[in-house]
Amino acid sequence: MFGLSAKDTRLFFIVTGLVAFAPFLMNPFPTGSAMAQFNAGYPDLMQRFVIFGIFAIGFNLLFGLTGYLSFGHAAFLGAGSYAAVWMLKLLTINVIPAILISTVVAGAFALLIGFISLRRSGIYFSILTLAFAQMAFALAASVLTPITGGETGLQTALNDPRILDGIASSGGNIPAPALFGLEMRNSYVWNVSGWTFTFNAGYYLAGAFMIVAFYLSMRIFRSPFGLMLQAIKTNQTRLNYTGLNSRPYTLAVFVISGMYAGLAGGLMASMDPLAGAERMQWTASGEVVLMTILGGAGTLIGPVLGAGFIKYFENIFSKINSNVLHEWFAFMPDGMEDFIVTILYPFVGKGWHLTLGIMFMMVVIFLPGGLVEGGQRIANLFRRKKSQPSEADGAKTPAE
Amino acid sequence: MDAIILQILNGLDKGSAYALIALGLTLIFGTLGVVNFAHGALFMIGAFCAVTLQRILTLSHVVIDDTKKDFLGNPLKVEVPYIYDWFGQETGAAIIDWAVPLAIIFAIPVMIIIGMVMERGLIKHFYKRPHADQILVTFGLAIVLQEIIKAYYGANPIPAPAPEAFKGSYDFGALLGFDANTIIYPYWRLVYFAFAAVVIAAVFAFLQFTTFGMVVRAGMADRETVGLLGIDIDKRFTMMFGLAAAVAGLAGVMYTPINAPNYHMGMDFLVISFVVVVVGGMGSLPGAVLAGFVLGILESFASMREVIEFLPGINQVVIYLAAIIILLTRPRGLLGRKGVMED
Repeated sequence: MFGLSAKDTRLFFIVTGLVAFAPFLMNPFPTGSAMAQFNAGYPDLMQRFVIFGIFAIGFNLLFGLTGYLSFGHAAFLGAGSYAAVWMLKLLTINVIPAILISTVVAGAFALLIGFISLRRSGIYFSILTLAFAQMAFALAASVLTPITGGETGLQTALNDPRILDGIASSGGNIPAPALFGLEMRNSYVWNVSGWTFTFNAGYYLAGAFMIVAFYLSMRIFRSPFGLMLQAIKTNQTRLNYTGLNSRPYTLAVFVISGMYAGLAGGLMASMDPLAGAERMQWTASGEVVLMTILGGAGTLIGPVLGAGFIKYFENIFSKINSNVLHEWFAFMPDGMEDFIVTILYPFVGKGWHLTLGIMFMMVVIFLPGGLVEGGQRIANLFRRKKSQPSEADGAKTPAE
Repeated sequence: MDAIILQILNGLDKGSAYALIALGLTLIFGTLGVVNFAHGALFMIGAFCAVTLQRILTLSHVVIDDTKKDFLGNPLKVEVPYIYDWFGQETGAAIIDWAVPLAIIFAIPVMIIIGMVMERGLIKHFYKRPHADQILVTFGLAIVLQEIIKAYYGANPIPAPAPEAFKGSYDFGALLGFDANTIIYPYWRLVYFAFAAVVIAAVFAFLQFTTFGMVVRAGMADRETVGLLGIDIDKRFTMMFGLAAAVAGLAGVMYTPINAPNYHMGMDFLVISFVVVVVGGMGSLPGAVLAGFVLGILESFASMREVIEFLPGINQVVIYLAAIIILLTRPRGLLGRKGVMED
């Protein structure tokens, strides 16, 4: 269906289903129960899941397919955010032009950087993209303050021109970004016997974009163009010997990947009309690398999993403080309780980065294919267990 | 003229730090072929060695001092470092004052052990993996190391002052015949530069003039042949990793009075030191040192008021700009060898 094989169609429908029913799936615990803090079904976090999912899918197109490790991808996300906020300020509070323009601007930016950086490969490419991104970050935070708002960031204001809307339309408040009148922060809250489910307009818009982005990445993976990119990863020298110039292919995928990042940035600005320079910093670029690798580079679903995983931990794990730990282990004898809390405490709350770092190292060391490979191994384990008894049955039958 | 000399001097101390870190990175890369993203973390751990030693030296016990009274007339409790009891007040105070230079002695064995454990425990398993995997696992290690430091020492910078003798500044203006007070330069930065020069010279001498260094250089050129000659080259490369860690650590120890150490200082330096290594040419030790100083001085020139007025923001980006230009015009960096990391 949609030009996908049966297996891919199934995966596509699974992802669509997950996105559509995320408000339920993310809130498995009743509000007010002890486990409620593990609920992730609030709009802000769900929006981040899908937006960073888009970002990671785009990064994976570049890194997973061609093996070019860009350490400056956050620059495109930042450029997209700035473009989107400017659209919201100047043109209209409607998010559609903002999202489109952010994608285009990030694509143009990626074309420029990619054109220069792709002259080199390997670590030189990584350093070049890193250098460009750091330059963009430093300039955005200092000299370009009239455009970027410097360190305070760029925000929408009451007296923005908003040519299409007119100033009068704001009615005394800074208008919130909206899709033809439907404000992005609007939520429908459904209370059902102890559970609370929140359906947020912004989340569903971003989710729809993520499904489209996922579909496109699937098509790119399975296309002749995608095969060419995988050939570049496998052996670029041999490809060049056959008379093919690989540069146009790498440049094309670099721009596509930059546009994904710009789309993510535009969506981020549409959910919350704020753009800051820190989105371009190299640690932000490092984060998307972490997401992609953790989930599984070169796989379709991996980056989405990785993005969700990291954002979940960032928001949920970091909220666990020593009081919560003491509550959990309250059933133990006093000395034991204190001991366990002392041991666990550095790994949660403010120290969740430590857990993330350790987990990331474990994944790189033992599971080069990321969470996806881990899932496959577990699945294989079960399949083998299932198939073994059937074989045993088969062996028995003739004896009877 | 005096402004130019001042900027060159200003560039030297930052350049020394870049050169030392880049030297260690290149040692690791040249010997083991590993791109070590955790090198910035080693620099940071070195700085925290100084902090740790300072804390150990000032470990105190409480003594009731009968000669002083608090406002209620009770005898005052005074914290006396143990070191005063052992060496007497004067010597003890001097030792605490000199904590940062003394930390060199403390840091060398610590850093060598950390480096060798890192190599044997983790990086050894990554020789045959792609460079991207090496970058990723060392990047993860860098996060873990910096979070451990953060868990113990907190997120705020911890000042570790230079000895009293090196506080204050030296007036170069008077020395060189310019007006007094035009070229003022802190003593400690001079010390840092001299220290860096000594360490760099020592590393080069060690590689050039000792048998061990000769074997290592041979191993860098052709690892297999050296192995075939019956030399356990892996063991020596492990030691070189320890040495590189020590160089980074020493750079960190001596940098503490210039910049109070915090847990993310390693990451801040890491990006620039990678740029330095690549600009110098991957695998070239003189290239790393040269590029370190060149970029350090370039950065300080770009921070001059006249330059900033002419090209706003140039001080923020000059290093990256230089790196991009050099990489595009001289693909192997300033002094790079052919065939290193070209695929």
